[in-house]
Amino acid sequence: MRIQLTVNGTRHDVDDVWPGESLLYALRERMGLPGAKNACEQGECGSCTVYLEGVPVCACLVPAGQAHGREVTTVEGLAPEGSGDETALHPVQQAFLEKGAVQCGFCTPGLIVSTHDLLQRNPDPSDPEIREALAGNLCRCTGYEKIMDAVRAAAEALR
Amino acid sequence: MDFLAPTTWADALAAKAEQPDAVPVAGGTDVMVEINFDRRRPRALLDLTRVPELSEWGRTDDGRIRLGAGVTYSRIIAELRDELPGLAMAARTVGSPQIRNRGTVGGNLGAASPAGDSHPPLLACDAVVEVASVRGSREVPAAEFYTGPKRNALAPDELIAAVLIPRATGPQQFCKIGTRNAMVIAVAAFAIALQPQRKAIGTGIGSAAPTPRTAPDAAVFLAGEIDAAGLWESRGPLPEGLAVEFGRKVRDAASPIDDVRGSAAYRLHSLSVMARRAATWAWDDFRSEDRRAA
Ligand SMILES: Cc1cc2nc3c(=O)[nH]c(=O)nc-3n(C[C@H](O)[C@H](O)[C@H](O)COP(=O)(O)OP(=O)(O)OC[C@H]3O[C@@H](n4cnc5c(N)ncnc54)[C@H](O)[C@@H]3O)c2cc1C
Ligand code: FES
Ligand code: FES
Repeated sequence: MRIQLTVNGTRHDVDDVWPGESLLYALRERMGLPGAKNACEQGECGSCTVYLEGVPVCACLVPAGQAHGREVTTVEGLAPEGSGDETALHPVQQAFLEKGAVQCGFCTPGLIVSTHDLLQRNPDPSDPEIREALAGNLCRCTGYEKIMDAVRAAAEALR
Repeated sequence: MDFLAPTTWADALAAKAEQPDAVPVAGGTDVMVEINFDRRRPRALLDLTRVPELSEWGRTDDGRIRLGAGVTYSRIIAELRDELPGLAMAARTVGSPQIRNRGTVGGNLGAASPAGDSHPPLLACDAVVEVASVRGSREVPAAEFYTGPKRNALAPDELIAAVLIPRATGPQQFCKIGTRNAMVIAVAAFAIALQPQRKAIGTGIGSAAPTPRTAPDAAVFLAGEIDAAGLWESRGPLPEGLAVEFGRKVRDAASPIDDVRGSAAYRLHSLSVMARRAATWAWDDFRSEDRRAA
């Protein structure tokens, strides 16, 4: 089947989508957007987190057909556009980099999207609020202390 | 595989009547796991996210909330915590933010897992499931909706339209035992709803029997003892012995199994502890309500 959706502000027409296919697969394999990662395919790890209509979801659990006609934002769409600088980062991404919150980086795109969402809703989160907001994102190498540092730093940078 | 995406409720019911083996998908948090892991290859998926009324809720004239089957846990937490406190507490314990942003009570009922977190508060509140087909609609009390492990009372051509839940008239509590705070399927769960106007108590047990179930003997016992001691009126403290006995009776209503998440013995013990605590917390809330009002 064919689906049409807007990803990071750009309209995509995607053909040959299998009806049982996930949005994650369609993004990575059909639209050339490998930012969201595929780790567990069962909603446990959060590495596939994207915004669907402004709400963070696990893309691995969204049937691609449900995204038809809807708006998706992936980690690729967070950095500021139009600066002419291809390496420009969003303050959340910058903070993860500076605080050493990235090792293998597999969990990072999901954590960036979840942190981005948290700080939009709550510019000054307490530590328990950060932990709660990131409870659906697993990291198997960095350890969560650096990630906490990064979220606190991003919050400060954005305030 | 077909992907059916009706945009009206009438079209959704017609599609289900025409293809009864089409699998409805709302938030996809149960269905997609099964598809991703090749455990299920339905002939068709029936997307319900484009039917507007499923994601709406409203108040009925008889004091109930009509909760559309497709309202997400996140919205229940944000919008209904005062009117449906027990269900909102349970919703807060579901999965993670991403899962709560998509998962729905309709999906929880559709999956009918004995461990589903909506079920204990729905039972404790005497909720009624509104199901529909092209043949018409009918109301099934939650207590009759769960018919076996992962089985429910839906006919092949039926869909869940909404859940009718009385607005809270007294304190409610929900307790869940698991290995960590987030992302856990309940090892055992318990919900209680005080209904002071009727001098009644509602209960719901999760993950400790083939289906979610109530603890009717425990509920009648506790409500009766409270009444006999005049506590509904005096709002005096709940005697410790009464709460302990209530916990025992809730435990006796369960019939759990041993599985990877926990042993039957642990489930029974934790249920008696949770029921004792939930009753005490709810009663303490009831007492402080009175002080606030005074
Ligand atoms: C990582 C993870 C963590 C989870 N944690 C929890 C948890 O803590 N507690 C818990 O209770 N659950 C948990 N779940 C399970 C799941 O999120 C819940 O059961 C949720 O309520 C399902 O809702 P959904 O809308 O996503 O359902 P879907 O997956 O869309 O559907 C579930 C079932 O219901 C049927 N269905 C859906 N809507 C209707 C309708 N209107 N009429 C008829 N049938 C319908 C579907 O056909 C399917 O059989 C978890 C799942 C994941 C992936
Ligand atoms: S890949 Fe989607 S949550 Fe792990
Ligand atoms: S950096 Fe490797 S999983 Fe988080």
